[in-house]
Amino acid sequence: MNLNGKKIILHDMCLRDGMHAKRHQISLKEMISLATALDQAGVPLIEITHGDGLGGASVNYGFPAHTDEEYLSTVIPLMKQAKISALLLPGIGTVDHLRMAHELGVSTIRVAAQCTEADVTEQHISLSRELGLDTVGFLMMAHMLEPQALLKQAKLMESYGANCIYCTDSAGYMLQDDVYSRIKVLRDGLKPETQIGFHGHHNLALGVANSLSAVDAGADRIDGSAAGLGAGAGNTPLEVFNAVCTRMGVETGVDVFKLMAAAEEIVVPMMEQPIRLDRDSLVLGYAGVYSSFLLHAKRAAKKYGVRSEEILMELGRMKTVGGQEDMIEDVAINLRNAQG
Amino acid sequence: MENNKINVALIGSGNIGTDLMIKALRSEKINPVWMVGIDANSDGLQKAKNAGLKTTHSGIDGLLEHIEADNIKIAFDATSAYVHGENNEKLQKMGVKVIDLTPAAIGPFCVPPVNLEQLVNANEANVNMVTCGGQATIPIVAAISKIQAVDYGEIVATIASKSAGPGTRKNIDEFTRTTASAIEQIGGAKKGKAIIVMNPAEPPLMMRDTVHCLTAEEPDQQAITTSILAIIEEVQKYVPGYTLKNGPVFDGNRVSVFLEVAGLGDYLPKYAGNLDIMTAAALRTGEMIADQLAETDHSTGDQ
Repeated sequence: MNLNGKKIILHDMCLRDGMHAKRHQISLKEMISLATALDQAGVPLIEITHGDGLGGASVNYGFPAHTDEEYLSTVIPLMKQAKISALLLPGIGTVDHLRMAHELGVSTIRVAAQCTEADVTEQHISLSRELGLDTVGFLMMAHMLEPQALLKQAKLMESYGANCIYCTDSAGYMLQDDVYSRIKVLRDGLKPETQIGFHGHHNLALGVANSLSAVDAGADRIDGSAAGLGAGAGNTPLEVFNAVCTRMGVETGVDVFKLMAAAEEIVVPMMEQPIRLDRDSLVLGYAGVYSSFLLHAKRAAKKYGVRSEEILMELGRMKTVGGQEDMIEDVAINLRNAQG
Repeated sequence: MENNKINVALIGSGNIGTDLMIKALRSEKINPVWMVGIDANSDGLQKAKNAGLKTTHSGIDGLLEHIEADNIKIAFDATSAYVHGENNEKLQKMGVKVIDLTPAAIGPFCVPPVNLEQLVNANEANVNMVTCGGQATIPIVAAISKIQAVDYGEIVATIASKSAGPGTRKNIDEFTRTTASAIEQIGGAKKGKAIIVMNPAEPPLMMRDTVHCLTAEEPDQQAITTSILAIIEEVQKYVPGYTLKNGPVFDGNRVSVFLEVAGLGDYLPKYAGNLDIMTAAALRTGEMIADQLAETDHSTGDQ
C-alpha cells in the first residue's frame, strides 16, 4: 500500500465517543487538560458532546457530569489551533441544540443517522450549512448497507448541504475490503469537492488497518481517539494511527510524540477500566452490534444475573441500531426469565 | 342506523389518513364521506374512491364548498404541521370540529385515556393527537404521575423504517418537541424528553416504546403497578395490540416500562403499531365528539 504524500485530517473522539467509556462522566478539568494537549499536538479537530451527541443527556443513554453547553463553552475559548466539532443525532437532539453549539463557537456539526435513514437529517444538515458550518453527514452502522446503497444515502446528505460524508463503522464489524469498497464508491460517486471520512471501532483490532484502507480508497478525514478512548474496544487509537501514517509518508500535521504523551499521560489515567478488546467488545465486532451498548450490557448483566455476551448476541439477532439502548434491559429481563 | 352517524371528512391521503379511513368505515358513530388529497394518483385517494368516498385532489379548497351540503361536522387532518394551520382556519369558519393528527398542536393535546372526556366536555373546536410515540407512552406517564410526583418523564419510541412516512422524516424535530411537551402537559411530568429511533430491520420490527420516569420520592411500587396495568387495559380497548412486555422495573427512583404496539394491519402491516395508535386514538376522539354532537342535535330536536 503506497500512501506516500497523501494529506489527511485527523479528528479526535476522546471527548465524545470516549464519553461512552466514561459513562458520560468526564470532568471539566479532564476536558481542559486533554483538549489542550491535543491542541498542542496539532490535532486539527476535536469532538465534544455527550456520547450520544447534543441533547443525549437522558435516562436511556446516561446523564453526563456536565451539560453540552458547559463542556463546549469551557473548551472552545482555550483552543489555539484546533477546531471543535459537535455530533447531533436527529431523533435525540434537535436544531435548537445545533443553534446552541453554533453560538458557542463549534466549527463543525456532524449530523448522524442510521445509514439507511439519511432523510431524517435534512432539517439539521441544511441549517448547519446555512449557518456556514463545516457540515458532515455521518452514516452510522455502515456495514449494514452495500456500497451502492450507502452511496444513495450519502447523496441525500450531500444534496441537503453536507460537505463531508462519513462511512461510520459503529459496530467495529467491517473488514478491510468492506471499508475500501465503501469509501471507493463514495469517492467516485460524490462530488469531487465533497470530503469523505471514516470512523472506526477497534472491536476486531482493525481500527488502524481499516483506517489505512480508507485513506487508500480516498478518505480525507479519519476519526480516532488518543489511547482509543471510545465505545466498545475503543476507536482507532489515534496516536498509533498517526505514527503509522508518519512512517508511511501520510501527512497529518500531528506531532507523533506529543500525541503519544497525551494518550499515555492524560487519557490512560482517565480510564475507569482498561479500554481493551475483551470478550464483550469482540462480540460487538463479530456480531455487528452498536459499540455504545457495551457498558449498558455489562451493567444489565450484573443486575439481572445473566451473561453480557448473551445480551449482546441477542441484540445482534434483533438487528437493533444505535439509540435502542432501552432494549438492553428488556433483553436482560427476558434472558433472566428464560433461566427460570 | 346510517342516519344517526355523524358525517366526517378525512384530510390527507397518506399512511395515516388511509389507515384512519379503513377504521372509520367500521365505525358505528361516524361516517367518512370525503377524503381530501393533493395527488390524484395517491394510493389513499384511490382506496377512498373504491370504498365509495367522495374525493378531491385539490386540497382543503376542494372540500370547503361541499361541507354544508354533505353535512360534515368533524374533520380529521392528517396532512402536515405546515398546512394544518390554514386547514384549521378554513374549517373552523364553517363550524367543523377539527381533530389534528399533525404535530402542529394548535389545539390542546388529546390522549384519550387521560383527558379525552375533559376535552369533549369543554367543547374544544380543535384537538391535537400529539404523536404516535406520545399516544403510546403518555398514558403510562400519566398513570405514574397520578400516584406521585414525576420529576422527569422520558420516552423512547422505536418504529420500523417502513412505517415512517416522508412527513415524519422531514420533520423529526417536531416529533421530539411535541412529544416532550405533551409528556409534561398531559403526562404530568415536570420535565419531558422524547427520543425516536427508526430501525430498518427486515422483517420490520413491531413498534416498541419504553417509558422511563424519575419520581420525586421513592416510588410506591404497588400503587404504580396497579395504576399502569389499569391504564394499559384502557388503551387496549382501542388498540388491542398494545402490550406490556416488561416492567414496571423499579430501580431507585426510576420506573421503567417496556411496551410493544402491534397494529391491526388495516393499511400497513401489523408492525406499524405507530400508525394504529394514532388513528385509533383519533377515531376514538372523533366518536366521542360525534356522540356529543348527536346528543346536542337530539336535545335540540326535542324542544
